[in-house]
Amino acid sequence: MGRKLLLEHINVPDIHTFDVYRQKGGYRAVEKALKTLTPDEVVEEVKKSGLRGRGGAGFPTGMKWSFLAKPEGVARYLVCNADESEPGTFKDRYLMTHIPHALIEGMIVSSFALGAHTSYIYVRGEMMPQIRILERAIAEAKNAGFLGKNILGTGYDLELYVQPGGGAYICGEETALLESLEGKRGNPRIKPPFPAIAGLYGCPTVVNNVESIAATVPIINDGGDEYAKIGIGRSTGTKLISASGNLVRPGVYEIELGLPVEEFIYSDEWCGGIANGKRLKATVAGGSSVPVLPANLSLKLANGDPRLMSYESLSEGGFATGTMMGSGGFIAFDEDQCIVRNTWNFSRFYHHESCGQCSPCREGTGWMEKVLHRLEFGHGKMSDIDLLVDVSKKIEGNTICPLGDAAAWPVASAIRHFRDEFEWHVNEPVKSLDTNYGLANYAEPIAKAVSTEN
Amino acid sequence: MLKVEEQQPVQFSAALIEKSEEIVKRYPEGKQKSALLPILHEVQAELGWLSPNAMDKIAAFLSIEPIEVYEVASFYSMYFLKPQGKYVLEVCRTGPCCLVGAEKLMDHLQKSLGVKENEVTPDGLFSWRGVECLAACGYGPVLQIGPEYTFYENLNEQKVDDLIQDLRKK
Repeated sequence: MGRKLLLEHINVPDIHTFDVYRQKGGYRAVEKALKTLTPDEVVEEVKKSGLRGRGGAGFPTGMKWSFLAKPEGVARYLVCNADESEPGTFKDRYLMTHIPHALIEGMIVSSFALGAHTSYIYVRGEMMPQIRILERAIAEAKNAGFLGKNILGTGYDLELYVQPGGGAYICGEETALLESLEGKRGNPRIKPPFPAIAGLYGCPTVVNNVESIAATVPIINDGGDEYAKIGIGRSTGTKLISASGNLVRPGVYEIELGLPVEEFIYSDEWCGGIANGKRLKATVAGGSSVPVLPANLSLKLANGDPRLMSYESLSEGGFATGTMMGSGGFIAFDEDQCIVRNTWNFSRFYHHESCGQCSPCREGTGWMEKVLHRLEFGHGKMSDIDLLVDVSKKIEGNTICPLGDAAAWPVASAIRHFRDEFEWHVNEPVKSLDTNYGLANYAEPIAKAVSTEN
Repeated sequence: MLKVEEQQPVQFSAALIEKSEEIVKRYPEGKQKSALLPILHEVQAELGWLSPNAMDKIAAFLSIEPIEVYEVASFYSMYFLKPQGKYVLEVCRTGPCCLVGAEKLMDHLQKSLGVKENEVTPDGLFSWRGVECLAACGYGPVLQIGPEYTFYENLNEQKVDDLIQDLRKK
């Protein structure tokens, strides 16, 4: 069993209530931080922990915090990004549903560290049940003196509010989120200035993912050095993985970073293998925007070593043979799944969610969706495959926010690794409508040279 | 085009106005526009959709221009700019849910309700639509029903039929 820091008490009945959470040692981090540490010391512990942003970018949280501008007389804000919408990712929903106080406690500790006196949790609008849970938890914490004026008699004031979104994936991008929180359309801002300098209402702001904020609780309780001992290399601590797709036991798992991918998929302690006795065809390791990998490259690096669930190992080999940790949305595809259809589905998602601000993304996502639709439904041409690569390359890197890259990578990687299957769709337009290409050689040991990064 | 009856002036309940005033207090002085998204949800929960008249009223309440409300309401996917069925069944149609049968479920829903996506059943009770990822990929297929956004997981055809029956009886 790996160590559990966030989900240790997940199975305790009524852990969602303040009383039970407190009995299990909850809010110790608030007491420790507010009573015995200075804000800078809290930041220092988080830096020492090596915690990397759990929302997808993997940027060191402590470093992000240290960039926060602190001009005299200007309010500073902490905004929690709970706009969880990346296909394949559902860990924040799970955490907020079952242990809402872990997030509230983390928000208090983090707000204290940053000198924020008003903080917001921006939750995607569809999660109304979770919004109600959080509002109840906030009321409980306030009642117990952990929020409001003069918390625990330390003189520190903090008000915490939950803000619902309106149903837009783009608001998971931090500047779009801030626009949305200001009551506007979720159009990402041009950076710089970064939110740390000019964020919410033009004030210095830090935006952190739910899991990152919750992780500050064990970091403060046990110390940053202790946290950094867990995991492997620069991937410290534990990570929530959302496992979905054709698995025996999909769900949210807390792993110590460094767990082999193969163990995560097949061990009974985790996902228990591929559902219905089928074989693994491909995985998307970090949410829909990261490159898809065939089974062999999912489990092993190009040199044959086991691939691990860590930021470094998942991205080993670059995009030629690797992928990314992303948000930890792990999607498994069995041998009956069609890569072309799934790629079309994802590209439809990005087309739907493009905010329309930058032409390459607005036009390119729609174009890719259209071309993939005709490939999937038997009207594709051989030249369409290279056309897709071309369009994806022209989106990538040419947009204000990373949604363009997120839309381009799944398409480019699907063609990089599964070109045979795309060609089969062109050559067999009728057959491909009701049968699938199958497993092919995607699970075979990596003997055949893997295509280079294109 | 909206029908004549859809263009009538709207009334907000006292509870809705009170709730809206409470929401505005969450933000610093002069930043009341931040209350727009939450208030749009509240109004939609009460009226079922956001008519131009309702949006104008929100604009007046927040002291902002009507266009600032329209442009926001039309940007986000949760806001209805046309009347819907009493129960809007929103099925996740994104990749991970499709791996476990969401597309079949939508076909079945269309047959069971007898209306196409985004259409309202003749009795005014139901409409349905596919929506993008609802962040519950491990429990698919899933659907949600507003305005409470009650969530239904691990669905199959039988469970959806039972759900529709239960809602009809309500």
